[in-house]
Amino acid sequence: MIPGVSIYEILTVTTLLFFIGIYGFVTRKNLISILLSVELMLNAVAVNFVVINKYLYPDMLQGVYFSVFIIAVAAAETALAISIIINLYRLATSVEVKATETMKY
Amino acid sequence: MDFTYTILIPLIPLAVFLILGINALKIKENVAGIVGVGGLLASTILSFYTAFQYFFKVGKVDGVYQTFVEKTVWMNFTDTLAIDMGVLIDPISVMMLVVVSTISLMVHLYSRGYMHGDQGFTRFFAYLSLFSFSMYGLVLATNLFQIYIFWELVGVSSFLLIGYYYTKPSAVAASKKAFIVTRFADFGFLMGVLMIGYYTGTFDFMALNNPAALQDLSSPIMQYSGITFMGFSVITTALVLIFAGGAGKSAMFPLHIWLPDAMEGPTPVSALIHAATMVVAGVYLVARLFPMFYFVEDGIALQVVAYVGGFSSLFAALIALTQHDIKRILAFSTMSQIGYMMMALGISGYGGVEGLGFTASMFHLFTHAMFKALLFLGAGSVIHAVHSNVLQEMGGLRKYLPITHITFLIAALAIAGVPPFAGFFSKDEILAAAYESNRLLFWVEWTVAGLTAFYMFRLYFGIFWGKERVYKHTPHESPLSMTLPLMFLAIVSAVAGFVPFSQFVSPDLAGYTTHIHMNIAAMSVGVGVLGIAIAWIMYKKETDIADKISSAFGFLYKWTYNKFYFDEIYLFVTREIIFKRIAQPFAWFDKKIVDGTMNLIGNSTVDISKKIKGAQSGKVQDYAFAFVSGVVIMVMVFIYFMN
Repeated sequence: MIPGVSIYEILTVTTLLFFIGIYGFVTRKNLISILLSVELMLNAVAVNFVVINKYLYPDMLQGVYFSVFIIAVAAAETALAISIIINLYRLATSVEVKATETMKY
Repeated sequence: MDFTYTILIPLIPLAVFLILGINALKIKENVAGIVGVGGLLASTILSFYTAFQYFFKVGKVDGVYQTFVEKTVWMNFTDTLAIDMGVLIDPISVMMLVVVSTISLMVHLYSRGYMHGDQGFTRFFAYLSLFSFSMYGLVLATNLFQIYIFWELVGVSSFLLIGYYYTKPSAVAASKKAFIVTRFADFGFLMGVLMIGYYTGTFDFMALNNPAALQDLSSPIMQYSGITFMGFSVITTALVLIFAGGAGKSAMFPLHIWLPDAMEGPTPVSALIHAATMVVAGVYLVARLFPMFYFVEDGIALQVVAYVGGFSSLFAALIALTQHDIKRILAFSTMSQIGYMMMALGISGYGGVEGLGFTASMFHLFTHAMFKALLFLGAGSVIHAVHSNVLQEMGGLRKYLPITHITFLIAALAIAGVPPFAGFFSKDEILAAAYESNRLLFWVEWTVAGLTAFYMFRLYFGIFWGKERVYKHTPHESPLSMTLPLMFLAIVSAVAGFVPFSQFVSPDLAGYTTHIHMNIAAMSVGVGVLGIAIAWIMYKKETDIADKISSAFGFLYKWTYNKFYFDEIYLFVTREIIFKRIAQPFAWFDKKIVDGTMNLIGNSTVDISKKIKGAQSGKVQDYAFAFVSGVVIMVMVFIYFMN
């Protein structure tokens, strides 16, 4: 609970954050940027969990725990994604999305 | 008496076929020969044991031969209509067992010498075993459908063996021709079988051949015989159709065109299949259904059999006069002799001495198998020595091939009807039966007897006497493995006539005594000797009488030499009429309309998919965008309607 700040304001910010992530995911050409956009979306969701827990069910902790869980999964996922990108770079000497288009049709 | 063990007679060759056929490339020539001959020897011993048991021990009860049936139901359609598998033991099937076994064993022995060193030796013996299996199955069949199954199997083995030299285009063409012509005839057989099954409600020979039921128009078998088709009872029509199948297999006019070409196969095959056993299957089929043929509608179907047989025998004998290929002469002679058997069946009565025609037909089948197989094997021995089939390239061979010469002479005397050789007795019975019931056919057959003697001795003098000539390789007598069967068959051909056949085989199974019909015998021997004498004058020494006669008869000679142009007629009908006028429009319709519709559907699908496949870009981002937009739209719709 942050005094003077209502739940709507915080949710507006996280929604913006989430859609910025989606926008980045869809438009970026560089795989690293896409990965960053995915992280933005994850963080938006994690913040949502904490906020909804604190504002609506102050005597419970599930939301907080779940956000911790999301952070752990995000870390693992990032490591995995980075390793895929490195392998792709070795294969195609590029981290552009265009380099992965060989699977078209 | 339990005859179940006879099932082994066909099954042993089947096992041999499987062993040799599956390992055709691995088994050496020697082993294949021993396995093939050994398997058939076992079947032969069993066959002779069966014959001994049946004819002399247990077959006869109160003077009438019993029929033994051992069967198991295979497919059941109604209470009465079922397809069984089993064995039927009666005088004609046992007689056929003996014939098939004897000839097949001799041909197996002979083939070990004749096919020696051939690349496909094992394959050849495998096919021979397959044929023996099918033929035994055909002979022992208990019902129409079983006989039909084995009928097709002998057709297949015949096809395989005619086309044995499959690198030779003429052999391939001949095997195709034989298969298509006989298959075409078998279509009639199948129709007949189905009609019999539909109207009488049974396939079983025991039920169908019951004289009492056949004479009673209200019995289950005859209850629908009142239904007519083209003026005849349906049963008669069915019988004529069945006979059409038999005529195809037995090379009766007008379905005979495949038999001369079938001589492309190895000579032992011609002896076994196209002279002694398979081609008489048609005769056997009519004999098997003889009570039906005789009693249904006073034997109209039997009349058809008689006239087709009589005409075929004359027709083939005329063609045989002018042919040059020795195997083809024998092929036409076979056709002529089978015509004899068919004719004899056709004019036969049913009970007691009336059944002389039936007995004579079976007797002739028996003796003909022996001496015709001997003639073919002798011809094979000659071809083996001279490396040619053409009569003009032979002459004076009696010095080089003494055993072949003597055995061939015995066979020629037998087929010409000279006493005391086998052919005389059976031919005498046939002529006597014909004399009693149909004078026209009697005179036809009497003429054929003379023609037979003439062309047989034209062949004999042409091969063994005639011009002395110098051969590139001095001909030498065949090895013992080939001459031994010749000698055995020569002995049989000489003495088989003394078997009291009418005691064993008769339509009403009772047996009766026959005697030689002196006046008819005198006539037939007279015409036979006349034929031999003419052949002696024309061909013993090299003379130009034959050439003079052939040029005097100009177009007649050309007609018979070209087999009355029957091959050409068939080719014209198939190529010009059926292929061009009927098949081609159908082919056009099929290609343009039927195939066109299908191609249109397929091509338009491909075109559309080419146009829209760009939507699948292969980029994850595009898919994610589509997914997110979809979710957003759905959420918006959801919110809109919730409020």
